[in-house]
Amino acid sequence: MQICLNGKWRDVGSESLDQALSELGYQGATIATALNGTFVPQDARGMTKIKEGDRIEIVAPMQGG
Amino acid sequence: MKLYEIEIASRLLLGTAQYPSPAILSESVKASAAEIVTVSLRREAADHLAGQAFWSLIRELGVRVLPNTAGCYSVKEAVTTAQMAREVFNTRWIKLEVIADAESLAPNVIHTIEAAKELIAQGFEVFPYTTEDLGIAEKLLETGCRVLMPWGSPIGSARGLNNLYGLKMLRAHFPDVPMIVDAGIGVPSHAAQAMELGLDAVLLNTAVAKAGNPVHMARAFAIAVAAGRLAYQSGFLEPRDMAAPSTPVMGRATLA
Repeated sequence: MQICLNGKWRDVGSESLDQALSELGYQGATIATALNGTFVPQDARGMTKIKEGDRIEIVAPMQGG
Repeated sequence: MKLYEIEIASRLLLGTAQYPSPAILSESVKASAAEIVTVSLRREAADHLAGQAFWSLIRELGVRVLPNTAGCYSVKEAVTTAQMAREVFNTRWIKLEVIADAESLAPNVIHTIEAAKELIAQGFEVFPYTTEDLGIAEKLLETGCRVLMPWGSPIGSARGLNNLYGLKMLRAHFPDVPMIVDAGIGVPSHAAQAMELGLDAVLLNTAVAKAGNPVHMARAFAIAVAAGRLAYQSGFLEPRDMAAPSTPVMGRATLA
């Protein structure tokens, strides 16, 4: 199915957010996630289902002022 | 000074953006003796995990991090960013920035108050980026903010303290609230001036990161902040309009 990951459409086969992160190559990375604009805590990723057209944001530490 | 029950010795807080290299960032933080650095969250690409290397570098420095919500225009964006920052950085601290417009990067103080209310209800310790407006400061304190971050002048402008009177009033009005001047500091004398006003600390980024020699500039700011603080604690001479001789007049020889 097609999901929008950080603004780009991607094809994923996973059903949960947790699985999608592994599939996309984020395993082990220090990141935070949001699904359709709502924060999804790390311990809720496994039970968070994703569906066609979902918008997923994945962020990580970055320089800031 | 105490920020949310944490004792902090250094009154200079440093941003981590725009340095020529990670090594210079690291050396600048050390030279500044800052105990708190600001950080942010941005999209991470799986094929280029840039954030991971940055996070390792910050952790190696052993400093406390203050994540920001830079670039957020709405309450929802700011609250969601704060939630993500709390998880990633493992801190309840959040530098709350809700911006009004891209040209001035002025804080949208109405949205800032709303977001602060929401975040404090969720257990955050909020450092709100605000103006020197007394009424807004009062509202932020009512929502439960226990630190204020009034701007000196627009972010990255290097214009120093645009409203000295306003900052003075803010200090006088809330003498016990820790206040960190955030944004607009261009040169060490600006930082010293903020400290001489009795403000508790200064947060800056661009003035160091974009300096010809960021490491030396970080040190210069550390000295200026310490000098300004010591001067504030030492009591000032009141300015006067007429000259007053410093050398005693009594005992002057008659030579005319």
